[in-house]
Amino acid sequence: MSEHHQALALVLFSVFVAITLAITTWVSRNRHGSAEEFYAGGRLFSPMENGFAIAGDYMSAASFLGVTGLIALFGYDGLLYVVGFLVAWLVVLFFVAELVRNCGRFTLADVVAARMRERPVRVAVGTSSVTVSVLYLVAQMVGAGSLVALLFGGTSAAARSWTVIVVGALMVIYVSLGGMRATTWIQIVKAVLLLGGTVALTVLVLMRFHGDLDSLLRTAAERSGHGEAFLAPGLKYGGNWTARIDFISLGLALVLGTAGLPHILSRFYTVPTARAARRSVVWSVGLIGGFYLMTIVLGFGAAAVVGPDAVRESNTAGNTAVPLLALKLGGGAESAGGTVLFAMVAAIAFATILAVVAGITLASSAAVAHDLYASLRRRRTGARSEVTVARVAAAGIGVVAIALGLLARDLNVAFLVGLAFAVSASANLPALIYSLFWRGFTTRGAVWAVYGGLVPALVLVLLSPVVSGSPDSLFPAVDFQYFPLQNPGIVSIPLGFVAGWLGTVTSGEQPDEAKHAETEVRSLTGAGAV
Amino acid sequence: MGAAGHVRHDDPWYDALASGWGELDGTGAPAPVVPPARREEGASRAGEVYLEVQRSAAFQEVRSRYRRFVVPGLVAFLAWYLGYVVTAQTAPGLMARPVAGAVNVAMVAGLGQFLTTFLLTWAYAWHARLRRDRAALDLRWQTQELTRGLKGGER
Repeated sequence: MSEHHQALALVLFSVFVAITLAITTWVSRNRHGSAEEFYAGGRLFSPMENGFAIAGDYMSAASFLGVTGLIALFGYDGLLYVVGFLVAWLVVLFFVAELVRNCGRFTLADVVAARMRERPVRVAVGTSSVTVSVLYLVAQMVGAGSLVALLFGGTSAAARSWTVIVVGALMVIYVSLGGMRATTWIQIVKAVLLLGGTVALTVLVLMRFHGDLDSLLRTAAERSGHGEAFLAPGLKYGGNWTARIDFISLGLALVLGTAGLPHILSRFYTVPTARAARRSVVWSVGLIGGFYLMTIVLGFGAAAVVGPDAVRESNTAGNTAVPLLALKLGGGAESAGGTVLFAMVAAIAFATILAVVAGITLASSAAVAHDLYASLRRRRTGARSEVTVARVAAAGIGVVAIALGLLARDLNVAFLVGLAFAVSASANLPALIYSLFWRGFTTRGAVWAVYGGLVPALVLVLLSPVVSGSPDSLFPAVDFQYFPLQNPGIVSIPLGFVAGWLGTVTSGEQPDEAKHAETEVRSLTGAGAV
Repeated sequence: MGAAGHVRHDDPWYDALASGWGELDGTGAPAPVVPPARREEGASRAGEVYLEVQRSAAFQEVRSRYRRFVVPGLVAFLAWYLGYVVTAQTAPGLMARPVAGAVNVAMVAGLGQFLTTFLLTWAYAWHARLRRDRAALDLRWQTQELTRGLKGGER
């Protein structure tokens, strides 16, 4: 890529960083550091604002760059991914958004622990929340690193490492100084930018084909070299039965995992009522659905305009499909239009990563301070010091994420995201659903549900071809691969639910009738909600 | 329930928000909502209130309206989504069958997933707004009235 692209992209990105830092300083002026303010941003965001922020939290660079790349290379199989990401929101809307808003204060553990003996449940749910967040964070950090390498041509390891470090430092600043309020506004700005950029590119693609989607699909299929097969499932996952079951496993994790992601759940606490939480989900479903529909057009557009060969040549995973498409749509590598569009896409991708990591860091610092620290410390201290702990935790998580991001830089980003969803669906979702809907659920059941999903999910990944036993794995030299699938969801999600049931029926503890009544009444009416 | 005398309290939270969190009492600990001596007794009384509300006909009605919508909804969209994913993996021939022009069954099914997600989202919001919200809000005020001053009504 030429120097013009780089310079312009850097300028645009610096403008975004300057704006977000300004937001951070501006919103944190005159704010007393209460937990209410730090974790939930004062709870007075409007449904529309929160809907944009949720969309901003959810539309990661993995979807913008990764999924469009998958569609550009493998056609329909990329689209299969996108469907799972969207349908997942129905689980959130039906079972989680309102009920969690009514029952909890700041974190997922608030909801689950309300009926139980608090300490063991809080520690379990806090641990799995931090695990999910760190996996998701590392995915975004690795994505940031490879994005720089791709866009700036430099394969230099130093540039990648510095990007990871800068992204990590910025997210710690946003979160520890601005808390939820700054993070929310950054999400909103980013969502508007990302949607604006996507709309512009989609319009350009459609104009190129005179609004004729049929000819867009035909051209894409022709240029792909696969013909009709490009528009049907099977190019990527259709090989053998292991690959097919692997995709079904991933699909299950995607559709059930969203409802347990800590950084999505914590967004519902930023609005005043359950009704506002519901309306924010309606907003975000509209925004996210529209965004994914456009990424489908962009993916097929990249296949038709740029061609899969050129995409693959630039990056074998297809992550550069959209920047290349922008360059071509603007008029080619040497034109002003191409330069501007390319720089715009690059800057938006950076902004996306930055905003997403800020959201996750905030959620995991809440899990550390509000759940883990609050349960494990020796003597109770005041609410103010909990916020201090959360700020320090944000910095600590930043350091961990930077270190892991540097270590894991060769791991596939989509795989890491899929793993985070699988852990979330296996560990967080069973505990959450049981505690909201099962009268007889007990403390032991909750603890078992969390660990019974978390441990199998992580162990199965260790035993999977991702870690060892195949040329593409993390340690190709050794072979301790005993589990054939890359995504553990199809096994670990049922295990989480079974473990929760088993723990409940084997525990001697009598479920507290009154506590269950309280959870049920509160979750459906909002009585006593904060 | 007469609609004429009904006062709208949308988003009633603005008033109730400042419930004292994060504020410290003289000892550096958060100010307790109720004096500690009354807590045990208060907690069990609040539990009785919640049990009573849970058994009331009004609450049972709200709960069954909620469940009658979300359970069939869950079964429907999960079956439709899993059916779609499994069919895509097991019967690619069927999915590749052309429908019109370059559009095939797979494309129609994929866009159908988008459409059903939008429709179900709208239907849920509509159902909740018209069939649940008012009754839930009434129950909320009643419950809070009953638990006022008891531990458990406020956390």
